[in-house]
Parts: sequence; structure tokens; C-alpha cells
Amino acid sequence: MSIEADNLIWKIGPKTIIDGLSFAAEPGKMLGLLGPNGSGKTSLLRLLAGLKKPTAGRVTLDGKDIAQIGRRSMAQRVAFIEQHATTNASLKVIDVVKLGRFPHRSMFSGWTVADDAAVTSALERTEMTAKRNDRWQSLSGGERQRTHLARALAQSPKELVLDEPTNHLDIHHQINLMRLVSALPITSVIALHDINHAAMFCDSLIVMQSGKIVASGSPEDVITQELLRDVFSVDARVESSPYHSRPHIHFVR
Amino acid sequence: MSIAAIKSDGVQRYSRFLLLVAVLLASAACISMIVGISVGIGDMPIPLASTYAAIANRLGWTHVELNRIHETIIWDYRLSRALVAVFCGAGLALSGAILQSLLRNPLAEPYVLGISAGASTGTVAVVILGLGAGSISLSAGAFIGAFAAFFFVALLSNGARGGADQTILAGVAASQLFNAATSYIVTTSGNAQQARDVMFWLLGSFGAVRWPEFALVSIVVGIGLVVCLLYARVLDAFAFGDEAAASLGVNVGRARLILFGVTAVMTATIVSMVGTIGFVGLVVPHAARFAVGPLHVRLMPACAIVGAVFMVAADIASRVLIPQQVLPIGVVTALVGVPFFAIILYRFRRAS
Repeated sequence: MSIEADNLIWKIGPKTIIDGLSFAAEPGKMLGLLGPNGSGKTSLLRLLAGLKKPTAGRVTLDGKDIAQIGRRSMAQRVAFIEQHATTNASLKVIDVVKLGRFPHRSMFSGWTVADDAAVTSALERTEMTAKRNDRWQSLSGGERQRTHLARALAQSPKELVLDEPTNHLDIHHQINLMRLVSALPITSVIALHDINHAAMFCDSLIVMQSGKIVASGSPEDVITQELLRDVFSVDARVESSPYHSRPHIHFVR
Repeated sequence: MSIAAIKSDGVQRYSRFLLLVAVLLASAACISMIVGISVGIGDMPIPLASTYAAIANRLGWTHVELNRIHETIIWDYRLSRALVAVFCGAGLALSGAILQSLLRNPLAEPYVLGISAGASTGTVAVVILGLGAGSISLSAGAFIGAFAAFFFVALLSNGARGGADQTILAGVAASQLFNAATSYIVTTSGNAQQARDVMFWLLGSFGAVRWPEFALVSIVVGIGLVVCLLYARVLDAFAFGDEAAASLGVNVGRARLILFGVTAVMTATIVSMVGTIGFVGLVVPHAARFAVGPLHVRLMPACAIVGAVFMVAADIASRVLIPQQVLPIGVVTALVGVPFFAIILYRFRRAS
């Protein structure tokens, strides 16, 4: 098991955001996180990436509590893509991707061949090589998100945590990004809004409501008419897609 | 990687190194040039050659016969003044660059943390209220005031689990508070002459600085520059915000503490010596960014160099713009700074 959450609880003041979550992400697989707005998806991802400390319970990486792992060592194996992170600095794409090498470099070490190789391959995988010298401000939303992904890949992570990376992207870029992430040989945990995309690309799913897990398992087991009604309050029919054999959701008007 | 690629990589590195050396030499030449010009200007003009000869003499390199009065003026008054201006300009520009990056706000500047307001309160407390009964100098009062304001901001923004916006708001609150305290002291207990003296001091002047001030400011700003260079990559990592920096492995709390601390010490030292000189810390980082790009390994030295040259040039302007009279340096920097500020605002509006 790579990332594991063990009875995770997180509170802000008296308000419980994450309420006793336990699950395990399978190595090399893509774990989708579904749930209505405010169900605690983003908070959970922050806890998994070690950006916030849980009130109780723990997150483990290969069985080791991440509270015992230093910030830098953590960043050497877990990459995090925030929702909609932007900057007003006119950085080039290549500069942003190079930031991914930060945890692997000490204060005095120079730029190594390994750093260069990681950046080059990250740019290639995300098809951003041609845009490497473009400025951040000139990029489209899809290109920005791909640059973030390239930065995360340059970190050479074993685990990738993504918070709704397809928001604000057109359908072409959404599918492209999902395909790219699902083809990666690393463990990924991804928060999503589009249930059809989650069903199509994720290996397993967790559905959250009010900080608790209400369903988990393979897309076929998790996505049901009852769940969509109870958790998302929508009337829908689920059938197996004739094109990709994963569940497909028809929302009923 | 093929041998040819390694070779070309080596050649590239070598030529980049040569370029770096050339740029640094050119900058050093530029700074010594403007310092020479600054030393030459005044009631008694001194030719450039005498200035350099006098410096070389003192360093024991040469033994050129010089006018004794010239030598005294150069050494005891003007050279220390010009060199303090060099380090003040560099320090304010570095502080501005740090704050703009850390607070992710293009309009941040060294005084955004309330430091100038605190310094002015400290000054009037010493000059007008007579705090410390003569045991505390005006500079020490300014330094204490500046740090009081800085801690006030730190307390206020950490109490709010400080992000960038909270820090800026806390700085605004601190500035208002300390400015009000200054005005209160001046209006209730100052006489007209004292108020005028304080005003003049607040607008900035290099008139009173000598070698002891140079020693202090050069050490403080020197350390500041070293810290900036060591933290250059960390500052880059803050480009997408605190959370992104943390996810890249930056110890955000420690980095913020160290960088804010360095800014506060540099700014407080400078303000306590020469008053609050505005706009250098705001304008110079933008100009430097325009020239060398946003990466801090280059930006920081560029800020130091441009800031130094700008400040000495402003000091020269303050002495020659109106014959027989020295303008407060803050007036000169603001006169140049405000039009530049307008351009930044205009560009910023277009970009967003």
C-alpha cells in the first residue's frame, strides 16, 4: 500500500471537516475522490500531501507516519497539484517545471544531469516541450494545468495528489489530462467533479459526504442510482457504456 | 548524453561564467563611477581624478600629492556619504524585492510592514518627548520604533494565521496606528522648529552619515544580500503561494521568519540612519525584474546594483536640482518614483 489514511480527523475550531476517514490507495493505481461541494475533498488532499496536520489519526506512506517524514523528504516523493494555482511573476514554463526539482537540490548544489533529465521528460510527457520558453501569463488554462502537471512530474514522485485539475478546462483538455494522469505508472489520488470522467478513468473511487466516506470500491460497485440520489441529490440512470464498458451516467431531467 | 553535448554544455557554462564576470565588473565600474561623481559635487567641486587618487592614497596603493582640503572633504564628508547611499539603495531594493515575492503583491515595498511609521514614532518620542533623557540617540529611537512596529505586524498577522493578505492588512493597520501616534506627539507637545526638524529627517537625508554609519549599514546589507542569494530558490518556490511552496518542501514558517527578519533589520537600520526614503524599494525591483526576469538568483544582485546606482543618483540630484539648497532625498525619489509607479499600475491593469 502506498498512501494510507488511518482514522483521520481534522477540525477547524469546533467544526469537524474530516470525520474519521480510513482508506488505502493501491500502488500505481488512480484513486478518484468524489463528493458534493464542501464534502471535505480538498481538506483530505491537503492532509494526504502533509500540508495540514490532522487533529487525530494519521496518514502513512508505505507504513510510515508522514508526521515523522520531513517536509523536503515528503516533497521528494509526493507531488501536489492545487486547484487553480497562479502567479503574477512572468515565469517561463521551463522555470515553473524546474521548481519541481527544488526538493531534490540542496541550497548549494548546482543543476545536475539528473535534474535536466527529469525536467525534459516531464515536458515531453505533458507535451509542453514546444512551449518551454513561453511566459506563464501567455498560457491558456489547459497549458497552465499541463505546466503544473509537468512541474509535479519533475518532482519524480511516487504519489501524485491532484485537486480538481480539470476545472475550467474545455472537454478536449479535460480528457487529455485524465488520460495522461491515468497512464502514469505512479499512484494518484484525484478529486473530481465529473462523475462520468471518474468512472471512465479511475481504478477505484471513494465517495465523500460531510467528511465521511459513504461508498468506496470499483467504479462499477460505487456508482449507482441510489448513491447519486442520496449523495448528489440528482435523479440519474446508470448503465454500462458500450464503448468503454465502464459505468455511464445519464442525468434525468 | 553524447560527448559533443557535454562539450557544448561545458562551453555554454564557460561563456555564461564569462558573461557573469563581465556584468559584475561593469556594475562595479558603474557604481564606482557614480560614487566618484557624487563625491565631486558640492560647494567645492572636486575633479574625478583627485577623488580616485585620494582613495588609492588612503588604501596605500599610490602616493599622489593632493590638495589637503580636497582630501579631507573627500574622506571626512563626501565619500562616506556616497558609500552609505550605495548600501541604503541596495538594502531598500532587496527588501522591496523580498516583500513583493513573499507577499505576492507587486505594490509591496519595505515600509509595508509599518517600519517607517514605527521609526518616525520612535524618533519623535526621542526628539520631542525626550524619551530616554538623552541616553538614547535619535537613530536608536528610530530603530526601536521600527522594530516595535514590525513585531506589532508579526503579532497581528500570526494571530490571524497570517497569509500574505493578512500581513499587508496588519502592516496598513500598524502604519495608521504609528503615524497617528507621531502626529499626536508632534501636535500636542512639539514646537514649530522641532516639528520641522522631524519632518525634514523623516523625508530622508544623507547629511549626517559618516564612517561609523557606513560600517554598520555595509555589514547589515552585506549579510542581507548573502541571505537573499542563499534563499533565492526558496523565493522562486513562493511564486505560486505559500501552499505550493510547502508542497515543494519549503519550510514556509522558517523561510518567512528569516526573510521578514532580514527585511526588517535592513529597513530599520537604513531608516534609523537616513530617514524614510520612499519608492526605491518599490520601483527598483520592478525595473530589475524587467531587465533580468523574475528568477531570484539574478534578480537579487540586479536589485542591489540598480538600487545602489539609483540612490546615489538621487542623492546627487537632491544636491544639484536647487542651487545652494539640499532637497530631502525622499522628495527626489518620490518625484522619480511616482511616474514609474503609474507605469507599473498601468501595466498591471493590462496584465490582469
